[in-house]
Amino acid sequence: MIRTALALVLAVLPAACQREERQARPSPVGGESREEVALVSLSPGSAGPVVATSGKAAQFEGNAYHLSQGKKLFVWFNCNGCHGQGGGGMGPALIDDRWIYGAAIENIVQTIREGRPNGMPSFRGRIPDDQIWELAAYVRAMSGNVPSSAAPARSDTLHPRPAENRTDPSPPVAGGLVPPGGERAQ
Amino acid sequence: MPAKNFASTRYSELSEITPETAKDLRVSFTFSVGVNRGQESSPLVVDGTMYVLSPYPNILYALDLTKPGAALKWQYNPKPEAAAQGVACCDVVNRGPAYADGHLFFNTLDGNVVSVEAATGREAWKTKIGNINIGETMTMAPLVARGKVFVGNAGGEFGVRGWIQALDQQTGKVAWKAFNTGPDADVLIGPGFRPFYDSDKGPDLGTKTWPPGAWEQGGGTVWGWLSFDPELNLLYHGTGNPGPWNADQRPGDNKWTSGLFARDPDTGAARWFYQWSPHDLYDWDGINEQILLDMTWNGAPRKVLVRPERNGHVYILDRTTGEVLAAKPFHPITTTTGVDLKTGRLQYIPEKKPEMGKVMRDICPNASGAKDWSPSAYSPRTGLLYLPHANLCMDEEHLQANYIAGTPYLGSETRMKAGPGGHRGVYTAWDVAGERAAWSIKEEFPVWSGTLVTAGDVAFYGTMDGWFKAVNARTGAVVWQFKTGSGIIGQPTTYRAPDGRQHVAILSGVGGWPGVIVSADLDPRDGTGALGFLNAMRDLKEVTTKGGMLYDFALP
Repeated sequence: MIRTALALVLAVLPAACQREERQARPSPVGGESREEVALVSLSPGSAGPVVATSGKAAQFEGNAYHLSQGKKLFVWFNCNGCHGQGGGGMGPALIDDRWIYGAAIENIVQTIREGRPNGMPSFRGRIPDDQIWELAAYVRAMSGNVPSSAAPARSDTLHPRPAENRTDPSPPVAGGLVPPGGERAQ
Repeated sequence: MPAKNFASTRYSELSEITPETAKDLRVSFTFSVGVNRGQESSPLVVDGTMYVLSPYPNILYALDLTKPGAALKWQYNPKPEAAAQGVACCDVVNRGPAYADGHLFFNTLDGNVVSVEAATGREAWKTKIGNINIGETMTMAPLVARGKVFVGNAGGEFGVRGWIQALDQQTGKVAWKAFNTGPDADVLIGPGFRPFYDSDKGPDLGTKTWPPGAWEQGGGTVWGWLSFDPELNLLYHGTGNPGPWNADQRPGDNKWTSGLFARDPDTGAARWFYQWSPHDLYDWDGINEQILLDMTWNGAPRKVLVRPERNGHVYILDRTTGEVLAAKPFHPITTTTGVDLKTGRLQYIPEKKPEMGKVMRDICPNASGAKDWSPSAYSPRTGLLYLPHANLCMDEEHLQANYIAGTPYLGSETRMKAGPGGHRGVYTAWDVAGERAAWSIKEEFPVWSGTLVTAGDVAFYGTMDGWFKAVNARTGAVVWQFKTGSGIIGQPTTYRAPDGRQHVAILSGVGGWPGVIVSADLDPRDGTGALGFLNAMRDLKEVTTKGGMLYDFALP
């Protein structure tokens, strides 16, 4: 009996010891990954838009360390000044389901790097590339679009809403420049 | 000009619309400004033409009132930079154009001042004086006097350094520029500067009342109302909040923020200064309107300046010296015990000071104040000041603020809420001489529109759920109301039209700081959004939608 239990524990142990992989050394400050992403789903032909991404997303999405760093940087780079804790203000809301410039992490990376025409500043050369990825991953966490096991669990703020790991997922809806707003967010 | 006159009384001599006749008011025409953002502007009527200015992208329209339906005469689009929307703190509003000598003058969100020929809509000049890359925008209505156009910047939430500038009315060339923080030479403080109180005397207080260098990001912007006294030749302008909101990062009185300057309009030289909120703790910009009145005070005739202030008091100042004659509260206050009339100083309650890492609850008034920019009106017939205002409190926690040029410089999180009573807005008739409220009307939402009062003893204002109301100026009884398409945060205008009738016009289109939840589709689940205003306005989406429509009314 004891032997069986031991065998079971030994069998489970390797899985329990699985830890998140991440590169200890970030990519060079000046470098940036190349993301060929589309802003829309519309493209001539039935295949959809042609995209080619670096694959860097896999390192950042669902990684608790990077999400936690992103949450810290969100305040340090004053993102919260415009976007609040996700409800928005000078900038659009980030906890809702509408994505004006695309919901993929690569889209968000591009939004932070390049800026967007109606007020989003360009942070290229102001924020190291890996930190842009951390911010983008965290922005997806704000609307519940990362694994809850990796999302930050605590907010050192006025607690306007539950922490990210308790945020219900809101599947992205492509927004466009004039979102069909007006109705109260559900 | 939006304020009707240099004294900013917003009082009209027209008397055709009265409490008895107002019930017959009918729509005479409407006009869509084509922009569904907050409409804080005031329509202007000059010689049979109405001029209407939209929020960003700041399109100016001229409507021919002699033609049926007020035909569009021309439109002028200054094509401001779209990126400017990202550094506008509280919706992309504009508070109106000004008219003088055949030209209209207005500011664009991206920091241009424009002069347009009234007859043709042709641009006479355009001068860029604001820089969006450091967070400067321009939203205020210019004041034109003595051949100069007076304008100021906004951006107190971005760590900008506040200024006012005078541009030559003919050429658009900058005649003078005065900063509201920094060395005396920059503030245009010289030998002619004679403030009334000792705390405003001494060299370079604009640097000495700050930690080293902090004045460079110290705020003190000029995004509100200007008044002018031609007899004294003094220009009056308030100064905005100090930056950042986290007051522990800027120990000192933070001159010359949250105060009032009297300046020589010809040179910009400061004549006196008074600080409403020294070392402001709560984002209490000092930029509201100043109504210039001549009244008897304690038996003697005085030239006074009346200021309903964000910190919750109606002030009466001697406008020749800057002496505070009176300051009485018109809003529930938990943060101060009033103004010491000997020193002129606002008395804070130390226990209510927000701290880092601690939530301070029930701060009244809130950050947008007992009364924000929405201008009041004064009737010499009733002696009452008609005050559109709020009834709001807030919880606040301070955080470390990082200065990154062109991004918000706050160090604060807030969530706002209704004040005692649960209503969020009030329209108060304030007896100026008696220093008390004569009557008041409670409103569900903050009263964010301007107001006007007429010789017919009717006052007009609008609500954020879309009602445009006429009230009996003596009793406060609502004598007429009309539901417009969207919430109202604009400034009403009344005028005699070419048809000989008295008309009244208002822009409908919700927005501004409290209404940005609707105009920018914000998510109310985060109460700290819109700098904390989302918490107080969660239900606005249930009662109104975006809009941008001018409504004009007249008696049949």
